[in-house]
Amino acid sequence: MTQTDRTPVLSLRDVHKSFGPVEVLHGVDLDLHAGEVLALIGENGAGKSTAMKCLAGYQAPTSGEVRVDGTPVRFSSLHDGELAGIVLIHQEFNLAEQLTVEQNVFLGRELRRGPLLDRAEMRRRTADYLARVKCDVDPGARVASLSNSQKQMVEIAKALGRDARVLVMDEPTAVLTRREADILFEQVDALRAEGTAVLFTSHKLGEVKQIADRVAVMRDGEVVRTGDAARMSEDEMATAMVGRDVSDLYPAKPGLAADAPILLRVEGLDVPGQAHGIDLQLRAGEILGLAGLVGSGRTEAMEGLCGLRPARARRIEIGGEEVRIRKPADALDKGLVYLTEDRKLKGLLLGKGMRENLTLASLARYGTFIDRDAEDVALTEAIREFDIRAGRRDALVGNLSGGNQQKLLLAKVMQSGPRILIVDEPTRGIDIGTKQQIYAYLRRLAAEGYGIVLVSSEMQEIIGLSDRVLVMRQGRIAGEVTGEAIGEDAIVRHAMGVAARVEAA
Amino acid sequence: MTSTTEGAPTRGWKLPPMGVLGPILALIALIVLGAAMNPSFLAYANITNVLARSAFIGIIAVGMTFVITAGGLDLSVGSMAAFIAGLMILVMNAALPTLGVGVPIILLGMAVALVAGLLAGLLNGFLITTLGIEAFIVTLGTMGIYRSLVTWLADGGTLSLDFGLRTFYRPVYFDGILGVSWPIIVFALVVIAGEVLMGRMRFGRHCAATGSNEQVAHYSNVDVNRTRLATYAMLGVLVGVATIMYVPRLGSASASTGVLWELEAIAAVIIGGTVLKGGFGRVWGTVIGVLILSLIDNILNLTDLVSPYLNGAIQGVIIILAVILQRESRAKD
Repeated sequence: MTQTDRTPVLSLRDVHKSFGPVEVLHGVDLDLHAGEVLALIGENGAGKSTAMKCLAGYQAPTSGEVRVDGTPVRFSSLHDGELAGIVLIHQEFNLAEQLTVEQNVFLGRELRRGPLLDRAEMRRRTADYLARVKCDVDPGARVASLSNSQKQMVEIAKALGRDARVLVMDEPTAVLTRREADILFEQVDALRAEGTAVLFTSHKLGEVKQIADRVAVMRDGEVVRTGDAARMSEDEMATAMVGRDVSDLYPAKPGLAADAPILLRVEGLDVPGQAHGIDLQLRAGEILGLAGLVGSGRTEAMEGLCGLRPARARRIEIGGEEVRIRKPADALDKGLVYLTEDRKLKGLLLGKGMRENLTLASLARYGTFIDRDAEDVALTEAIREFDIRAGRRDALVGNLSGGNQQKLLLAKVMQSGPRILIVDEPTRGIDIGTKQQIYAYLRRLAAEGYGIVLVSSEMQEIIGLSDRVLVMRQGRIAGEVTGEAIGEDAIVRHAMGVAARVEAA
Repeated sequence: MTSTTEGAPTRGWKLPPMGVLGPILALIALIVLGAAMNPSFLAYANITNVLARSAFIGIIAVGMTFVITAGGLDLSVGSMAAFIAGLMILVMNAALPTLGVGVPIILLGMAVALVAGLLAGLLNGFLITTLGIEAFIVTLGTMGIYRSLVTWLADGGTLSLDFGLRTFYRPVYFDGILGVSWPIIVFALVVIAGEVLMGRMRFGRHCAATGSNEQVAHYSNVDVNRTRLATYAMLGVLVGVATIMYVPRLGSASASTGVLWELEAIAAVIIGGTVLKGGFGRVWGTVIGVLILSLIDNILNLTDLVSPYLNGAIQGVIIILAVILQRESRAKD
C-alpha cells in the first residue's frame, strides 16, 4: 500500500453494527484517501452497504469509530455527513423526478437574493457543475426526462455542488450500459485528479480493475483483504470474496436416485428484456440451485415461468405433460408455486393478520362462503409445522420478525399443495437459526419427492443446499455445476463470466 | 414478543376498538339527540322518510365501498345516475306508443338502467385497469361527460316521464311490503349481499388484498385487474338500481339530478371506517355512514336550532372528525 503515510480523509476503525440481535459488521477497518478510488467488493450480504452507510452517516455504528481527517466524529444525521463533505449516491437515485436538474442540484440549499430565489445564479452554477462532469444536459430539463447515465451525472453534479471531499457510490454502474459506465469512469478520473476520495461498490470485477486504485474485499461483515487493484487479478478477487467452509448449517445431501422422474422441463424460456433461451430440468427430490449476480435475470426468468410476468417458452412440461402457463393461476393448477424474494412488497399483506395472509392465494379451497373455522385450523397447523412465533394469533403480519414472516410466506405457498417449489432468496435478511429451519424444511420436502428450485445470491446457501447448480449471467444460463464440483470458485467464475478465460489460460 | 404463538384461536368477547365503536356511538347519539329535540323524529313517517331517502346514496355507497376497498375511487356516480335517469325516461317515453302503460315498459326501463349502469361502470373500469389511467382522472372525466350528456338530452331543461307512466311507476318508490317501502327493502337486500360478499366471499378478500398491496395480490394469484374492473362494474349496476328507485319519486331528470351524490357516497364510506387509500372496507360501516349523514340533514330540518343551510358544514366536520378518530385508534394498535 502506497498511502499509509498520509492521514485518510475518512476512515472506519473497528466498526461493529448490529440490527437487533444480529451483528452484520464485525470490526471493520476502512481508509479512504484523498485522490484515491477504493473499490469495495464482496458477495451480497457481506456488509458492503452497511459499511457504506456507516461511512456516510446514514447509520451510526453500534461500536467503533468513524474518523474524518483522523478525528473521531459522530454523525447525528445525514446532514452532518454532508457538512463534512461526504456524499452518498444510492443505487436508486435520490432525485426528485418532477423537478428540473437545477432544482435538484440545489434542493434543500437553494440560493436566494432577498426573499426570492436567485435562479440565474443557480442555473449558472449548475451549468458549471454539469460542464465539469462533461454532461450535456440543460439545467432546466426535468429529471424524469433524463437517461440513467445522465441521472447518475446529475447526482455527481449535485455532489460537486456540495463540495464533496468524499464520494461514496453504491453500485453506480448497475443501471448503466457499458458506454455510460465509461463516461462515468472518466468523471471519476477527473474527480480523483481534483483530490476527491471515491469509494464505490461493484459486482463487475473488470471495472474494478479498470478504475480502482485499491480494493477492499468484504466477507461476512469483515474486511478480509485489501490491496492495490493493480496487483490483484480478477480471479484473486473472486477467491477472496468466497472461500469459507460450509458448516453444518446445511442438511446432508442424500444424493438423487438415478431413476427419479423429471418433474419440470423447460425449453427456450424467454422473458423479454430479462432472460433468453432458458432450458432447465428438475427431478423429483432434487434441489436445483439457480445462481448468478443480482440483475442476471434469475428472478425474472422464474417469475416468467410462473406466469407472473409476460414470457414465452418453446415448451414447458410438468410431470411429463405439456402445459401452458399464462397467468399465476395456471401455474398453481399444475402444482408450480413461486415464493417471492420480496416478502414485504410482494409476499405478504403487512397490514393484515396471519389468517388472511395464509389463505389468500388458495381461497378457493375454503368454499364459496369462506369457512373461517377451516382457515383457523389451517393457521394452527401452519404455526405448528413452521414454528411461527408471533406471540398473538391476531398479530399484524407487519409486526412479525423477518424470520417469522418468511415462515408464514413459506406456509402460504405450501397452502396450494404444490409439487414444484421455486423459492427465491428464501432466507434473505433472517437470522441463522431460522435459516437452518428453512434449509431443513426444504431438504425434507425434497426427500418427500418435491422438486425445488432455489434462487439465491448467497453463494454459501446455493452450495450448501443444491444437488445441482445452474449459473445465470446476463439473462442466459452461463453454466452448470454438478455434484462434487459445486463450489464458490466454479460458480463465481460462471457468474462473472471469467470461466472461459480461466479455462483457456 | 413471546416465544410461542397461542395454540387455539381466541373466542372470548372483548370491547371492540374505537374504530368500530365510533360510528355506532355517533349514530346512537344522533338518534337520542333527534328524539330529544322533536317528538315527531321517532314517528313512523319520519323514520320511513329518512330511510327511503338514504336508500339512493346508500345503494351507491355499498358499491363505492368495494371500489374504495380495492384501492380505487369513482367520482362519476352522481352524473352517471342523472344520465341513466334521463336515458330511462327517454326510452320509456319513446316505447310508450308501442308497449303502452303496463309492467313490460317498466321492466324495459329497469333493464335500460341496469345495462346502462353496467356499461358505464365497465367503461370506467376498462380505462382505469386496462389503460392504466388514474381512477381520479378517469372518473373526473366521465363525471363531466355524463353530466353534460344529460343536460344535452334534456336540452338544458327537464326530462319528464309521461304522466300516465309516472302514476303507474310511482308505487316503486312509495309502496312496499308490510309498510316498508321498496327502496328500503332493496337497500337492505343490497347491504346484506354486500356484507356477505365483502366479509364471507373470495371477492371481498381479493378487493382488500388488491387495495392493500397490488403486488402482493398479484403474487398471490389474485387477478388484480379483473377484481378492480368488477368493482367498477358492480358500482355501475348499483347506480342503475338506485336510479330505478329514484325515477318514480320525481318522475323527471335534469342537469341538477344527482348533484354531489358522489361526494355523499364517498363521505358515507369513509365515515363508516373504510380506508380511503384502500385495503380495508366494511359494508355495515357504510350503512351507518349513510344514516349519520341523512339524520343530520333530517334533524336540522326538524329543529330550528341551526339553519338547515349549515347542513353541509356539519357534514364536513363529521367527515373530518371520523377520519381523525380512525387514525387515532389505528395509532394505538
